[in-house]
Amino acid sequence: MSATLQTTETRTMTGAEIVLQALKDNGVEVIFGYPGGAVLPLYDALFQQNAIRHILVRHEQAAVHAAEGYARSTGKVGVVLVTSGPGATNAVTGLVDALMDSIPVICLTGQVPTHLIGNDAFQEADTTGITRPATKHNYLVKDIKKLAGTVHEAFYVAKSGRPGPVVIDLPKDILIGKGPYNEAPQAPHRSYRPQTEPDMTSIRAAVRLLKGARRPIVYAGGGVINAGPEASRLLGDFVRMTGMPCTHTLMGLGAFPSEDPQFLGMLGMHGTYEANLAMHGCDVMLNIGARFDDRVTGRLNAFSPNSKKIHADIDPSSINKNVKVDVAIVGDAGAVLKALIECWQADEQPQDRAAIAEWWRAIDGWRGTGCLQYRQEGSIIKPQHAVKRLYEITREMGRETFITTEVGQHQMWAAQYFGFQKPNRWMTSGGLGTMGYGLPAAMGVQIAHPDALVIDIAGEASILMNIQEMGTLAQYRLPVKVFILNNEYMGMVRQWQELLHGSRYSESYSEALPDFVRLAEAFHARGMRVTEASQLDDAIREMIAHPGPVIADIAVAKDENCFPMIPSGAAHNEMILAPGQEGGVTGVTDEGKVLV
Amino acid sequence: MPDPSETTLRNATIAVLVENEAGILARVVGLFSGRGYNIESLTVAPVDADRRLSRITIVTSGTDMVIEQIKAQLDRLVPVHKVSDLTLEGPHLARELALIKVVGRGEARMEALRLADAFRARVVDATIESFVFEMTGAGEKLDAFIALMRPIGLAEVSRTGVVAIARGPGGFEA
Repeated sequence: MSATLQTTETRTMTGAEIVLQALKDNGVEVIFGYPGGAVLPLYDALFQQNAIRHILVRHEQAAVHAAEGYARSTGKVGVVLVTSGPGATNAVTGLVDALMDSIPVICLTGQVPTHLIGNDAFQEADTTGITRPATKHNYLVKDIKKLAGTVHEAFYVAKSGRPGPVVIDLPKDILIGKGPYNEAPQAPHRSYRPQTEPDMTSIRAAVRLLKGARRPIVYAGGGVINAGPEASRLLGDFVRMTGMPCTHTLMGLGAFPSEDPQFLGMLGMHGTYEANLAMHGCDVMLNIGARFDDRVTGRLNAFSPNSKKIHADIDPSSINKNVKVDVAIVGDAGAVLKALIECWQADEQPQDRAAIAEWWRAIDGWRGTGCLQYRQEGSIIKPQHAVKRLYEITREMGRETFITTEVGQHQMWAAQYFGFQKPNRWMTSGGLGTMGYGLPAAMGVQIAHPDALVIDIAGEASILMNIQEMGTLAQYRLPVKVFILNNEYMGMVRQWQELLHGSRYSESYSEALPDFVRLAEAFHARGMRVTEASQLDDAIREMIAHPGPVIADIAVAKDENCFPMIPSGAAHNEMILAPGQEGGVTGVTDEGKVLV
Repeated sequence: MPDPSETTLRNATIAVLVENEAGILARVVGLFSGRGYNIESLTVAPVDADRRLSRITIVTSGTDMVIEQIKAQLDRLVPVHKVSDLTLEGPHLARELALIKVVGRGEARMEALRLADAFRARVVDATIESFVFEMTGAGEKLDAFIALMRPIGLAEVSRTGVVAIARGPGGFEA
């Protein structure tokens, strides 16, 4: 408090200094960026201070993903600094990624001086126009008196309610000019005041349904992670005290421990047989912090047809968007779980434990299918086996481990075979599905957790989309491990072509791949290539033991498909299982082919 | 509770109180185009200069579920203070203003004037061969008058789109 007292008098600074002061006052320690003409005043101010560390990326898209990795692994707001024009447009993919996955990010973009805006000046782009649908909110600062307040407000907006990315567009004359520095306001925001505390009437209605449930399920998503580690702890308490099965979305992995017997694995398109059949057959569903995404629901009119649905979400627009629910709860996942637990304990109505035991017997029957089993035979490495061994070996070592991924088959195998016992350890591009996410995200995680083991589980195609960031790893000595499941195909594209398009592998073969060992070496990193199953464990240990960055190029079976799978347009009880497994169905309908 | 299988479309007149700031209209219009919602009419103007507030009136149509989505999506925009579904929340008044130019001489001209009188349209500009009528009312009334003017010599129409307000003493405060 004394620190703020000393600074209450208004000080005059340059715009660039105001921006940095506001970042500091909002607890920022690191920003990811790339300089350019319009932001030179900010870079000059950065040069003359030591409180904020700047990480120089090799491409602006990577700066945003790095900030996302930083944010997701710490719960803080990630900060990005890019120049005008191409700097801003390159950042757009990262912004949409953060928007879709509800990640708090502030992106400062340079802009041409205010008197040149609209003149098609050099490196001018309509950044606020372009990023309006790519952000939660954005600002163009045209008056230096509003600069400090705008930065403070941006932090409030980025992290309040459903978090998301915020752009602040900063014309160069604003950065150079002088103006007052104002502290963050104490008054509530004029218009944006999202509801975080749930309404008790809906909590009581939810508990009434849940207490009477004979076949309940808890379906929890990224909202629980975003609500902070306490929310994950409360989720564990709630699931254990109620004896209910729990499943996670891709975004929710780690909120409830994967090794707990009440965890059914991930649900959805590549979720487990038991999770999806339990969703299909339940009589009461509690969705906390997930949004009935199409990857989760499958065919909507066949989604969990006989259940009462409770949906708790901090964003009212997520409720009744895709699926009609019976009880809607608006609030922060942690606050909702706390209220549910209290109300559950106060409620006299007994649970039908016999019915729930019967429900678990059904679930155990589905579990018996062993939908994630695979057979590792011979010398060719199965991709599932590579991820499973990576998990088991890191688990044995007991080191704090963070996993990021790119997008595709390897991402789904990572979600299926790597177990997460804690929140904030799993960073993947869920909503947008951005290839090239994993390496820069891993950079951001490693910056936040310098002593942790950070692994990007990648595919050989995805990794090339932001491979330039190997340079950033080298510059900052970030010991990120890139674990490539190399099947020489854009594997998920190839899989869909096999299943939906008569095995016509149009443009999905990874032709002319680089030599990843030499590529790693060219970027001052360690390169490894593994082709034999017998070498896998030693290679993983060697990769982890190496003190610097590593690319481990793991040659895996080329034609392996990711199963189980709910084909597009199918319902949860119409899963395709791996060849040789009992149950499930095959084939995709014509209506399904239209879907992605 | 909205039902997703419901396909009946309804009209909704939605009032939105927003910060009077650059880009707010683009945010609202972008929301409608980006999510594929209909806009039948949209009006906007500042209503409180001291508090920097503008009011947007949007007439849209959709299933109950879509209209609920539209309201929730509008409400989560940062500069939006309040969203009200006037159609759902009780009786309301909806008015539109039109300026209608009719060109003609002789009997056609007299006929236009007689009809304008019947419809309580005011003459706001006149030449030997033209009138500009100003007319306020419900959209259907404007439609009817414009349709009548068409054979007589309708030359040009400019309409404001719908503005609306709830009946009774209740206010719509930020």
